[in-house]
This record gives sequence, structure tokens and C-alpha cells, in this order.
Amino acid sequence: MMQWVIELSGFAAAVLFILGLKRMSSPVTALRGIVLAGIGMVVAVVASFGYLADVSEAARPHRLANLLLAILALALGIGWAWRGGKKVPVTGMPQMVALYNGMGGGAAAAVAAAELLGPRLDSLTQVVVTALGALIGSISLAGSVIAWAKLDGRIKQAWRFRGQSLFNALVFLAALALGALVASGVVGHGGQALFFVAALAFGVLMTLPIGGADMPVVISLYNAFTGLAVALEGYALHNPALMIAGMVVGSAGTLLTALMAKAMNRSLANVLFSRFGDGGGASQA
Amino acid sequence: MSIDLSMSWLIALYIFMLAAFTGHEVISRVPSILHTPLMSGSNFIHGIVVVGALHALFNASSPVEQVIGFVGVLLGAGNAAGGYVVTDRMLAMFKPSATKPAGKE
Repeated sequence: MMQWVIELSGFAAAVLFILGLKRMSSPVTALRGIVLAGIGMVVAVVASFGYLADVSEAARPHRLANLLLAILALALGIGWAWRGGKKVPVTGMPQMVALYNGMGGGAAAAVAAAELLGPRLDSLTQVVVTALGALIGSISLAGSVIAWAKLDGRIKQAWRFRGQSLFNALVFLAALALGALVASGVVGHGGQALFFVAALAFGVLMTLPIGGADMPVVISLYNAFTGLAVALEGYALHNPALMIAGMVVGSAGTLLTALMAKAMNRSLANVLFSRFGDGGGASQA
Repeated sequence: MSIDLSMSWLIALYIFMLAAFTGHEVISRVPSILHTPLMSGSNFIHGIVVVGALHALFNASSPVEQVIGFVGVLLGAGNAAGGYVVTDRMLAMFKPSATKPAGKE
């Protein structure tokens, strides 16, 4: 019964998200769009308390503690973000979007970590998808925080050194290799932790050399990343609402990133890797 | 395995494919003035990850899992709430009665 309610609310949320996003793409209906999507979010979050009705055997004794923790986490997260979003001046909004986006990536990574830690994943496909979501979510978290710091003026200089691209590629390969080890189950919790550290490190390294003026495009890219990570974790959790919402954002975000780069007369590759050649100076302009 | 819903990877692939086309279709032909609010709006939508984090927290059976679940719910809730407020404020500038000019992002 509870499962049925949760699934139906997830379906309603997915419909409302798509309708809301559609309305947001026209200036006339935009404001009603976010309200519609907001209703979908409230419905889905309230219904998800129904998960408490059938938790796993091992978690049953911790039900009350987990419920209290959930309420506390929701109150703190919503309270902090709501206040921050209301107080921030209009000029400071892009970095707040970056910060909130990074939080979403972090949440996706946390879901992945919980799934990898627990005994719930039942097939290799699921483990691989979960690890991939963890990788993308962690990159989005770390990259978004750097993007926020740059736009907020906390990091003033683009950090560049010789051979940076090669170094970053090596870190990325290391994260991929660790991810493969985690997925194949040959490493323990230490290896899993190292995998997350490598993914976070790559997110930082990838974003540091990019100039502040390019940050909106980069934030949009990480927004798409978070969407993708959420979609992948949705698959791991057998949750179609997460899969649909995440993938819609992943695809819409990718398109938006391309459009924003085009509006600046740049290609995405140019934005991300322009520290080589004369493009490097232009990114500071 | 705690979830009794079976979903073959092929059905998942179909869902991903259709959702990806939906996202692409919804965003194409959007005026560039709406790029930033739309980025913020889609940022709000992936805040749905908080549902997954709640699932993880409710099924946590050890302190480590509880910490991970707590952090996940905290971050996910921040994503959703912050994304909503910022998007709402951005879009309010498009209201005809707003005092601020619409182009300001």
C-alpha cells in the first residue's frame, strides 16, 4: 500500500517537473512553472516518508532515530538554503546556484556511498551505474564549490601550471580505475573512500584553471552532471521519478551549456580547456 | 534486497532515452534571456535527489550509514530549497508589474 503511494507520488512529481520546466521556458508562464515544480517536489518528499513503513530488517530498530535524523537534516538543509537564497543580492545569485547545485551532486554521491556500503545492490549493472553516479556527483560537488568560490571572489586567480592537462587526466584515470575496483568489489571501505577522494580531487583540479568569466557555462555543465548523477542513482534505487527528473535535467542542462557557450561565441571545449594557446587570456576577459 | 520492484535495464534505458529527449525538447528554442533562470530551475528539479537520500537514511543500520544518509538529506534538502528560492526570485523579475527591468539576471 505504502509502496503504491510512494510510486504514484513519484509519477505525479515527474509530470509536474516536466510541465514546470516547459512553462519556465517562456517568460509569460515562467513564474507559474516553478510553483508547479515546487508542488511536485513537496508531494514527492512528503510521500517518501512512507519508506519508513517497509525498511530493511537491519534498519528496523533504528527507525525512530533515522526519522528524527531525517527531520533534523531536512530542517537544517531547508532552513539554511532558504535563508541564503532569500538574502543573497541579485548579483550573487549565480554563485548560489553553483552552491546549491554542488549540494545536489553531494547528495547523489552520498546516496551512492550508502548503496555501495550496504548490501542492497543486486546486480553488476547496478553496482557499475551506482559507482558512475558517485563519480559524476562527486565531480559536480567539488567543481561547483570551486565555481562558487571563484564567483564569490574567494579564489581570485586561475591556477595553472605546465602539464596540468596531463596531470588532471591522470587523476581522472586514477578515479576511473578506483571506481572499477570498487565496482568489482575487490576493495574494502578504504578503497571506496579513496575513490570518492579521487573523484572530488578531479572536480577541484578540473575547475581551478578556468577563468571566472566562464563560470556560468561551467556551472551549467555541472548542473547537467548533477542531473545525470541523480538519474543514475535513481536507477540504483529503482526509482523512476529520480531517473526521469535527473535525466531531463541532464539533457536540458547539456543543451543549455552548449547554448550559453555559443552565446559567448565559444565552444564548450574551448571554455574547459582554453588554458592552452591564446584562448587562456581570453577566458579572463 | 529490500526493494521488491524489479526493473530490467532495458526498461531503464527506455526511460532514460525518453527523458533525455523530453529535456532537449523542452529547452530548445528558449530565448537566451531565460538561460540563467532555466539553469536555476533545472537545478531545483534535480533536488528530487533528497527522496533518494531519505530512502538511504531510513534504511541505515549503522552509524556510518546514518551519517552518510544524514549528509545526503541535508545536502539534497539544501539543493531543493535553495534552488526553489533563487529560481523564484529570478523569475519574479519577469513579472509585468515588477519594478526591476526584465533583462537583469
